[in-house]
Parts: sequence; C-alpha cells; structure tokens
Amino acid sequence: MDVVIDNLPRYLDGFSKTLILLAASGVIALILGTLIAAMRISPIPSLRWFATVYTELARNTPLTLVLFFCAFILPYLGVRFDYMILAIIGLSYYTSPFVAEALRSGVNGVPVGQAEAARSLGFGFSQSVSLIILPQAFRMTVPPLINVFIALTKNTSVAGGFFVAELFTIGKELANANGQAVIAVLLGVATFYLIITVPLGLLAVQLEKKWVVAR
Amino acid sequence: MTGANVLFDAPGPRARRRSLIVSIIAGTLILAGIVWVLLILAAPRESSGGLVLPGQFDPTRWDIYANPAIWAAIGGGVVRTLQAALVAAVLAILLGVVFSLLRSSHIAWIRIPTAVVLEFIRGMPVLLMMLFILLVASTGQYWAVVSALALYNGAIIGEALRAGLASLPRGQREAALSVGMREMQSKFLIEFPQAFRQMLPIIVAQLVVLLKDTALGFIVGYNELIRTTMYNLAAFVGNRYLFSLFFVTLVIYLIINLTLSWFARWLSRRTASGGRKAKGKPIDPTQGLLVVQASAAAQEGRQG
Repeated sequence: MDVVIDNLPRYLDGFSKTLILLAASGVIALILGTLIAAMRISPIPSLRWFATVYTELARNTPLTLVLFFCAFILPYLGVRFDYMILAIIGLSYYTSPFVAEALRSGVNGVPVGQAEAARSLGFGFSQSVSLIILPQAFRMTVPPLINVFIALTKNTSVAGGFFVAELFTIGKELANANGQAVIAVLLGVATFYLIITVPLGLLAVQLEKKWVVAR
Repeated sequence: MTGANVLFDAPGPRARRRSLIVSIIAGTLILAGIVWVLLILAAPRESSGGLVLPGQFDPTRWDIYANPAIWAAIGGGVVRTLQAALVAAVLAILLGVVFSLLRSSHIAWIRIPTAVVLEFIRGMPVLLMMLFILLVASTGQYWAVVSALALYNGAIIGEALRAGLASLPRGQREAALSVGMREMQSKFLIEFPQAFRQMLPIIVAQLVVLLKDTALGFIVGYNELIRTTMYNLAAFVGNRYLFSLFFVTLVIYLIINLTLSWFARWLSRRTASGGRKAKGKPIDPTQGLLVVQASAAAQEGRQG
C-alpha cells in the first residue's frame, strides 16, 4: 500500500496520459466512425465499397500490429511525430470501425415498419429520419457505444508497449523498481483502470435496462 | 431498418445518373489516394547519412522471401500464435461454464463475490493481467499469455452463457425439475445445451477477439507471430525489410481472422435459421450479447 501512496504523483501522471489517449482517440474515432457508418449506408457504391474494405481491414488487424505500424514503420517512412500522437492515430484507426458498427446496428435495429408507418403518414425523408428513426436508433446505439469506449480505455494500455508513458508503463516501471511489492503496485494500476471502466459499464447496463423496448 | 429505400422514393433516371457520377468521382478520389500512398512507399529516399535507399517495392527489399528458412521461421510464429489461442480458447470456454454456474448460484455468498471478481476481470486490460500473472506467479511468458486470455475471455463467455440461461423460457427448467431431475442435471442436460447453442455466434466472435489478443504477447515477450517477424526476423535480416515483414504479417493475420469471422457469420446464420426460430432478425454477433441481456432483463422483469 505504501508503495502506491508514495508514488501517487507518478500514478496520476500516467493516469492523465491514459485519459488524454482515451479522450483524443475517442473523439477522433467517433468522427471517423460516423463517417464510415454514413458511407456504409450511402447510396453511392464506391463509398460503400471503400467503407466495407476499411472496416474489415481495421477489425481484423490486431491492435498490437496497428500500433507497431504507427510507432516503428511510420517514423521509418519519414513521419516525424511524437509517440503520443502516433498512438492516438493507431487507437483511433482501430476503434473507428467498432463505432461505425455500433451506429449501424442501432439504425438497423429499428424495425422497417416504423419507417413504413412514417412514410405512409406522409412524412418526408428528413422528417421520418429525424422524428422516427434517429430517436429510436439513439437509445439502441448509446449502450454499445459506451462498451466501445470501455474497450478503448483498456486498449490504451497497449500504447504503453510503444513508448507512451501511460498507466501501464508506469505500472511496469514501478513493479520493476519495487520487486517486493509487485502485487500492490499492479493492483494500484488496475484500480485506476477500474475507476473508468466500472462506472461506464454500470451506466451502460442502467441505460440498457431503462431503454429496453419490448418488441 | 435493413431496407433503407423505405426512407425515400425510388430514384428516377436523373437521380440514378447523379449517384453514378458521384460514385465515379468518389471512386477516382479513393483510387488517387491509394496511388498516392503507393507512390510515397515506392519512392527512393535519402537517408540521414546521404545514402539513397531504394523504395519499399524494390526487389532488394523482398528477396528474403525466396529463402525457405524465412518461411519456416514465420510458420513457427503462426504455430505459436495459434497454439496459444487454441489452449486459451478451450480454457476460456471451460472457465465460462464455471463462471456462469457460480454467477447464477442460489447462494448469495457464492453469487455476489463471483460477480465482483468477474467485474474486476472484465474491467481491467488483458495486458495488465498478463503482466500481473507474469510477475506475480512467474509462470513464464506462454502461460502468462494463455491464462490471462483464458481468464478475461472466460469472464465474457460466462456472462454470455448466463444471459443465455436467463433468457430461456422458465418452463424448460420447471419441466426438467418436475420430471425428477436435480438442479445440476437440469442445468447440464436441459439448459446449457440450449443456452450454448443460442450463444454460439457470440462465443465464436469472442474467440476471434481472443486470437487477435494473442498479439499482446509481443509486449510481454511471448514469441508469437508479431514478435517472430517484426522483432526477431527484423533484427536478423535488417531493418530495411521492416515494411515487407509488416506486410506479410498483416496478410497472415487477415487470412486467419477473416476465415474465422466468416465462420462466425456462417454459424450465426445457420443457428438463426434452424430449429426454434429466433425472434426477429439474426443477431449481429458483435452486439448480440446486449440484445440477449436486454431480452433476459425483460424476461426477468416480466416474471417478477
């Protein structure tokens, strides 16, 4: 326990880096993911095709390989960025298709009958989308999106293997320096991750229960 | 909402022509982007020492693949990745069954601690768990990777199975008990087979994730595919092959994962169409757990 308290500044330093990674790549992934989802349901075949290939490629590559590309091969090809920024690029790329899938499955989860009913009442495209489809898609989209962000929180630890001094790296260094208190050190690291993931998880379950629609 | 065409009128000739034109323009732009990236990769570059290095597609950067020893090394990496994934997958399913049993126990002092432990396991990064097992239990890298993956995915599969058990009609259990089966007999002979079948697509999708996560072994030092190619081989043949090694590794991962994902989708289609018809549409394996948890919650709520 003493080890954790003595090194609290370092923990907080790592934790803030983790939060920066989470926030930056979360926002970028949200934007990219929305674009990809829009491309996938768009009537333009070439965009749809591109989005499908992008999704399959990003979803089937291990995150370690993506971050390896960002941290070793991009600099080798002449990209000069901070490792933090390279990690954010990798995490955003890796997370964006999951965001897109969450959004798409939310929209797909709304029964066709809803749209048909809206259309038969004389609603136009924008009216039926904004008044009927999106409000229903939203409540089915938020819990999966929260789960995507929980996964992202845990995935930021992989950046620790690629020269970003975030929580995982701090934990590794402290564990190496304090061989007699490895368990306490690592439980301390786990606590910081749990501070983010557990409340988010409870929120997702809560929203899921609240918004469950019997169909 | 699969038929998006419900939302707007069927496009007429003019709208179709416009969408074709936009499609061609967008396609050209995408192609131009791809060509631009390829040109950058192919362009020779001057290194810091003033040496001109050949482009990434130069034959001198790919000549190692004529050597069968290189392929043997890569094959060894593939085998070690698949081996870790397979052992972890079997253990994860076994653990999943155990977790779901403990988690749905009638005895509160079994159920509640299990729930806390599961929440703990699911809430922390697998990588941290690998490090933890490596440093605390000093098991060696292989078992650190395998047991961390088994624990983490076991927790997730356990939750999936529990949701599957809870979403079964109550009558199944009641019928089993009324013909004289014991608790455990009803669980293993009646409830688990149904829950398992219902959850199969989700479990297989989770196993694809598990396979992808074996790559984390790279960071804790297990000699899996990425470590074999990008670290050991790259150090052996030199950094100028780094890009080609990356490319080969990526293709191998894509082949393995796409095959498995395709299998998961096929399974999801097959289980959805056969037997007792699932309500509504076949479940998307990535979101399926949420759907089933929701329907389980609804069922629990209805039965009070």
